[in-house]
Amino acid sequence: MNRSSPETQQTRFDQADTRLRRDEGIAGALRGFVDRARSGDLGMLPVIFGLLLISVVFTSINPVFIAPNNLVNLLFDAAAVGLIALGVVCVLLLGEIDLSIGSMSGLASAIVGVLWVNSGMPLPIGIGAALATGVLMGCVYGFLLNRFGMPSFVSTLAGLLALLGFQLYILGPSGSINLPYASPLVRFGQILIMPDWFSYTVAIVPGILIVLSGLRTIRQRAAANLSPGSLSVVLAKAGVLTAALLLAAYYLNQGRGVPWMFGLFVLLVMIMHYAFTRTKWGRSMFAVGGNAEAARRSGINVKRIRLSAFILCSTFAAAGGVLAAARLASSSQQAGAGDVNLNAIAAAVIGGTSLFGGRGSAWSALLGVLVIQAISNGLTLLNLSSSLRYMITGGVLAIAVIVDSLARQSRASHGRA
Amino acid sequence: MPPVNEQDPPQGELLLRLRGISKTFGAVTALSDIELDVHAGEVVALVGDNGAGKSTLVKILAGVHQPTTGTIEFGGRQVTVDNPRKALELGIATVFQDLALCENLDVVANLFLGHELSPLRLDEVQMEVRAWKLLQELAARIPSVREPVASLSGGQRQTVAIARSLLLDPKVIMLDEPTAALGVAQTAEVLNLIERVRARGHGVILISHNMEDVRAVADRIVVLRLGRNAGVFGGEASHEELVTAITGARENAVSRRRDRGIEATGGEQP
Repeated sequence: MNRSSPETQQTRFDQADTRLRRDEGIAGALRGFVDRARSGDLGMLPVIFGLLLISVVFTSINPVFIAPNNLVNLLFDAAAVGLIALGVVCVLLLGEIDLSIGSMSGLASAIVGVLWVNSGMPLPIGIGAALATGVLMGCVYGFLLNRFGMPSFVSTLAGLLALLGFQLYILGPSGSINLPYASPLVRFGQILIMPDWFSYTVAIVPGILIVLSGLRTIRQRAAANLSPGSLSVVLAKAGVLTAALLLAAYYLNQGRGVPWMFGLFVLLVMIMHYAFTRTKWGRSMFAVGGNAEAARRSGINVKRIRLSAFILCSTFAAAGGVLAAARLASSSQQAGAGDVNLNAIAAAVIGGTSLFGGRGSAWSALLGVLVIQAISNGLTLLNLSSSLRYMITGGVLAIAVIVDSLARQSRASHGRA
Repeated sequence: MPPVNEQDPPQGELLLRLRGISKTFGAVTALSDIELDVHAGEVVALVGDNGAGKSTLVKILAGVHQPTTGTIEFGGRQVTVDNPRKALELGIATVFQDLALCENLDVVANLFLGHELSPLRLDEVQMEVRAWKLLQELAARIPSVREPVASLSGGQRQTVAIARSLLLDPKVIMLDEPTAALGVAQTAEVLNLIERVRARGHGVILISHNMEDVRAVADRIVVLRLGRNAGVFGGEASHEELVTAITGARENAVSRRRDRGIEATGGEQP
């Protein structure tokens, strides 16, 4: 199986075992992917399948669904809930939960409205106070879990009610504050669009990064006498991704274009993805979610990891609340109420982050929120009442959790975590 | 490092020296006046019945419990092992019975857990190379270090756990019942591994219920009974001698069977 080039004459460290199948090139990568999927390591498959299904169904009922401007609106709507879902991924990775994210986002939008509009403080102070409240609440949840062993399910359920009460309290009897339409915050949430050239540039960047880091990995691994992996796989990955992103950018630019707000969300997803996969902190998160006792014995400060996860979750929820306020141009009693909580958790789970801890990725927030928003958007186009929308969204969440559980059982029986 | 001849007294430098270790939990005396020496390149087996105090002694050395009285000398210096981290810093690594591996992470991630290279930009390539080198040194048969630990067999998991404890290059490594849950072939694999760890010059403390395993690899066998030293044997000690020391009774099922055997053959027991 060795190729004839001289540097592969010596057996690579990771290919010394003859029992191991060599997966080389694109065919090998595909074969490995199919194997993983069959054993229950589904990754992004259910989401992509779901998105395609949703698009086909809704478009066949109402062609407006697929129109560029509708998709632009969909992305505007997705950013706020997506940001909340990104925080949910952090706590789900530990096998914990935060049920107060909806209230937290509502409180954050109320804080911005009260401080900025009612009290006349500068906007950054309002946003800063909202985010600081998120940090504080994360600290409280982390402290309750670390100090008293209070299950996050209960502490955040209590937080849900308490935060909602505080939101109603600071909004006062009027219950609603309108944010000025001309302000940068509302323009960011409703109007601001990337210039065409910029959206195309942004669409190319991930492909370039994949090729560069792929080349670097291949060089390093070859130098370290490990099987280097194949350049063709890297190029294929980068090519497919770049083509898809360019196509998406082109299509959106047929309408209004790519919202800055969505760009901000994707940027944060990418930063969290790096943090989860390439830093010691991220590795510790997965370790604590997989086996907290093992992590503790390895010298990982489990309490600090838990605290960091809850802080991130509440802070992202607060940031999502600010974006939601910008999107709606108002801070009201309804902000963060209703289905926000469930939508954010559902997005993370639908995207492939396990409720049982130790499995997931930052991308699940992005993909999951697209599914959730697509369903919500499609049902709105059908003029369905919110009662039906709730039922259908609930059903989709149930299906997602069933898929997660089945995949987990399948992984267990195939000897994968 | 040549393999230590079982008949000879241990040659390596004295690493660990316990004198007069006692531990009481309330009114219960779990250990009293325990002595234990561990040299470099030596496998010391710690055997004893349930409740003999093996686990308590391991936990004292691992820094989980503190001894009530007694001294621990490590490398010629008297030390206190206040917590697990201190034990690791001294160079005492412990592989607990439940292994404590993260099944959702791959072998490399488990080996380096808590000690990753370059925390802000994990150096996966270097970690993988070091993982392979360590596993090769131990002649461990792990097909791929990029598979999650969940896909490994019991023996392979034990191997990963032992390899992880070696990563920080400890002087003494304690193995708590490493073969308890393993089949025949896997047990042999782990016993081979213990010999290789010894050949690397580490001192090994092996806790086991299984007399066969103990006699297969141990240079010295320390028997505990009801929290006290009940004898130190060479690796060549017979099964009967060990059982007698462990149970504290000359009269037991093993000795009776032996006696029956002698009567039946009319031969003489050496």
